[in-house]
Amino acid sequence: MSELPPSTGSIRRRLTLQLMSGAAILATMLFFVVLNVARDLAESSQDNILFASATSILESAAVQGDEVVVDIPYGALSMLGNVSDDRVFYRVMAGPMLLTGYDNLPEIVRGRAEPSGFLTASYGGEDIRMVEVSRRLSLNGQAVDVAVAVAQTRNGQAETVAQMTRVALFSGAGFFLVAAVMAVLTAQSSIRPLNRLAGSVSRRGPKDMRPVAGPVPSEMVPLVTSLNRFMARLKTSLSRSEDFIAEAAHRVRTPLATVRTQAEVVLRRVDRDENRQSLREMIRAIDESSRAAGQLLDHAMVTFRTDHLEREHINLADLAEELVARLTPVAELKELQLVTKLDAGCEIYGDAILIQNAVRNILDNAIKYSQTDREILLEVLKGGERSILRVTDQAGGFPDALTTKLTERFARGVNSEGTVGSGLGLTIAKEVVEAHGGQLLLQNTDRGDGACVTLSFP
Amino acid sequence: MRHLIFSIVTICVGFAAQAFEIEGEYRFGSDDARQEIRIISTADVEILIPLMRLFLDANPKVAIEYTSVSSGDLMTAIVDEGAQFDLALSSAMDLQIKLANDGFSAEHSSDATKLVPDWGNWRNHVFAFSQEEASIVVSPEAFEGLDIPRDRQALINVLRSHPERFEGRVATYDLALSGTGYLFATQDARTTETYWRLMEVMGSLDARLFGSSNAMIEAVSRGEMAVAYNVLGSYARARKDLDGMIEVIDPADVTSMMLRTAILLKGAEETELAQGFIDHLLLSAWGAEDVPEYPFYKWHLDTSEAAAATKPIRLGPGLLVFLDAQKRKRFLREWSAAIRQE
Repeated sequence: MSELPPSTGSIRRRLTLQLMSGAAILATMLFFVVLNVARDLAESSQDNILFASATSILESAAVQGDEVVVDIPYGALSMLGNVSDDRVFYRVMAGPMLLTGYDNLPEIVRGRAEPSGFLTASYGGEDIRMVEVSRRLSLNGQAVDVAVAVAQTRNGQAETVAQMTRVALFSGAGFFLVAAVMAVLTAQSSIRPLNRLAGSVSRRGPKDMRPVAGPVPSEMVPLVTSLNRFMARLKTSLSRSEDFIAEAAHRVRTPLATVRTQAEVVLRRVDRDENRQSLREMIRAIDESSRAAGQLLDHAMVTFRTDHLEREHINLADLAEELVARLTPVAELKELQLVTKLDAGCEIYGDAILIQNAVRNILDNAIKYSQTDREILLEVLKGGERSILRVTDQAGGFPDALTTKLTERFARGVNSEGTVGSGLGLTIAKEVVEAHGGQLLLQNTDRGDGACVTLSFP
Repeated sequence: MRHLIFSIVTICVGFAAQAFEIEGEYRFGSDDARQEIRIISTADVEILIPLMRLFLDANPKVAIEYTSVSSGDLMTAIVDEGAQFDLALSSAMDLQIKLANDGFSAEHSSDATKLVPDWGNWRNHVFAFSQEEASIVVSPEAFEGLDIPRDRQALINVLRSHPERFEGRVATYDLALSGTGYLFATQDARTTETYWRLMEVMGSLDARLFGSSNAMIEAVSRGEMAVAYNVLGSYARARKDLDGMIEVIDPADVTSMMLRTAILLKGAEETELAQGFIDHLLLSAWGAEDVPEYPFYKWHLDTSEAAAATKPIRLGPGLLVFLDAQKRKRFLREWSAAIRQE
């Protein structure tokens, strides 16, 4: 696993936090707005009823004979009692003279033009709200201002405000809760396309260089475009280098064959032992190079074909049979015996050339590493839903703990000294099997005298 | 503030000479009681004695000092003379409301106060502990051969058609003297137009004016008076000794219900005890449990038709209106004009 890039924190968390703090600010504002409105409303409704009360008293004021009289309607005060249980005070003045009521109520200072005035004051140790309205009457030809003040303590109002405070608090908290849940969901849903993209890219096989085709939000289009462009470039450059290797291998192999022929011709003519020895060494080196070139070509072919599998129905037993037939002469040179144990019913849907290539590489390895007079077993069998092809040799087996590493390119076992090979065989086999959605398993036999390579296909 | 002090001082100076008049002072409970509740009340002491005894039985180390006064004197005692009491019990609802409104009362809230109906509790300061009906008391003897009237209109009709029989024999409260009478009259005037016609008819029959319900009840029982209007029915019905001599009628159109109320006075020395006594009153009045010592009729438990016509006078600032000096002067003037026919 490659090292993680430095992180600047989570977008989701940042988004959630920002949305939540927005919600918190709004909720707080909501609380205060509701509270203010409630307070204004409570105050204005108290003002209204005080005003109505004072007005109805004022309406009852009249000049009778040579005095101003006031006949307070019962409703003027009882209406105040209907709304709240507050204490009630009133005062009726005719000019500077007290007609009736509580003469020590506070004065409301107001301009001449204003027919009414409101005041919040303290009276007898309690907060009161007071309204005064006035009207001009004519008494013996003299203008006299009758002023009616009605006041009420503010317990009812305070109670209303307290109640509204609770309502405001609950609605603010409720708003915040809903908004917080929405914030989390929003953050999650806006980060989802990113996660989906990351998931789809990381789920891809190492060779999958197809462009990302799924729909993405417009903000992510540039990213995906760059990613696709980058992958296309990578793909081009990869195939270019594969082409180059294949080309190089091909170019090398043909002259090598000529050199080998020439070397053999020379070998026949030379008599001196040390010269013959040198030539044999030369031929061996040429063999190794040409085999490596061959495998490089195989590998290039495999790499190309795994991207474009040409699938058909293949009978694994037939395929194995054909291969064994082809390789028997080589095996007989080393006096090796190729034994087969084939289940004729094993069919898979895959690229015949690739699978053939993979199995041939494994058999090649087995033949190459085996001492003379040994046996190589090729089995084809059904393992549940899977079709299995297994090659077991008696060549001493894999060195422990290296089995995974062996499938990497150009890796060779420690026991490969003195054997011709490039180390690409198992890599090719593994890539082929995985391209078909199968698995390659490297094991040693139970007796420990050989290796067992299992290819299992779905 | 200075204004306030000044007015109080002038009032005190003005009234210093005429102290409030005490009708009776009583003390209940053991002599070595450690705590004392001081009650100022307009109710006749006899009526409340059983309830007070019940309270003292439960609180043996407590004594009750009971001062009986008229409703006007109760006001004078507390507002003008600053007399020290823990509790004020009064049938003058308007004056009790005024005491509370003007800040002479203290708040009290308990399980017992929650039993009181809304109309019988004003801001947890004034608590009703009885409902008492404004009734018509008649002498059956005087009505011999006549239908006994069941409502105001019938009373008007019978008085009009037999002036010779009722001349000088109709009684009602003197509103200038009695707070209860004034309260009933003002509520009647608010409720029904027939009130003024009745007053005019009574005036034309040279009505006699009394200062108390008891005086009227006795006058009717002696046959001196044929009919008394706006008498406390609770008092009349309590007079078992007058059975057959009087008949008590609750007007079928509307029967005003006076509420006897208790307030805890600000500056009470035995606040907790006084609260306990209020709770005791309220529990006996409104509690589910029947308390035989409770002297008043429980109208709220009565589902009869007569009870349906009853209308409790609502506690609230509306009651302050008729206490207004101008309003009172005007009302009394109109009433006098009707009842005196001069």
